[in-house]
Amino acid sequence: MRPLLVPGSLFPALVRYSQKGMATEENKNAAAGSDAQPGPKSASQPASQQGFVYLPLIVGWLVPGGGHFLLRKWGRGALLGGSILAMFALGIAMQGKLYAGAHDVLDILGLAGDLGNGLLYFVSRIAGWGADQVMVTTADYGTRFIVVAGLLNVIAAVDAHNLRTGRKS
Amino acid sequence: MTHFAAVVLFAFFASIVFGITQRETPRRMIRYGIYCFVLFVASAIALSWIMFLIAR
Repeated sequence: MRPLLVPGSLFPALVRYSQKGMATEENKNAAAGSDAQPGPKSASQPASQQGFVYLPLIVGWLVPGGGHFLLRKWGRGALLGGSILAMFALGIAMQGKLYAGAHDVLDILGLAGDLGNGLLYFVSRIAGWGADQVMVTTADYGTRFIVVAGLLNVIAAVDAHNLRTGRKS
Repeated sequence: MTHFAAVVLFAFFASIVFGITQRETPRRMIRYGIYCFVLFVASAIALSWIMFLIAR
């Protein structure tokens, strides 16, 4: 049965740019996985554009810049990875706190930010890096550096996903 | 490390990520990165002066 109200059918101007941009045939094939629907276009796609569509997102989250490396964007990946790694390392060097638990709302937000660092966070927790409590002023800066590094890593991972789906060139 | 040095480092690395992720061509990435860096540092200095004047 045909839906009565299709987005944009009555008011075409209300269709968001992202909906129009993502609804291309190429992106549909990419979202479904190129292995699932092998067509004439999939053969002409580069190796980096084949396979699991969310792989750059996951790899980019786990390893800063990894999503871009997977897509052979070497320069962008190196700059993103280097920046995020440097911010995280500076945060640890400033004796920043790594959030371990969620005791109140601020701790939950801090933990969410820290988790954005992916493997860096887990390795640091296992290695015992970072302070348990903020004791000096620079440690407060360091805590923010670590949280922001995680948030920037999430942005970078989403960017890799957008490159993979063709939303960004 | 001074507070200002931390601000500059923070602005530098955050601007690189913003520039690469928010723009498409290399030229526009660089321009947007510089724009973000200047905005970060300038707003930090302006806010510092405001807080200094309020605290007096």
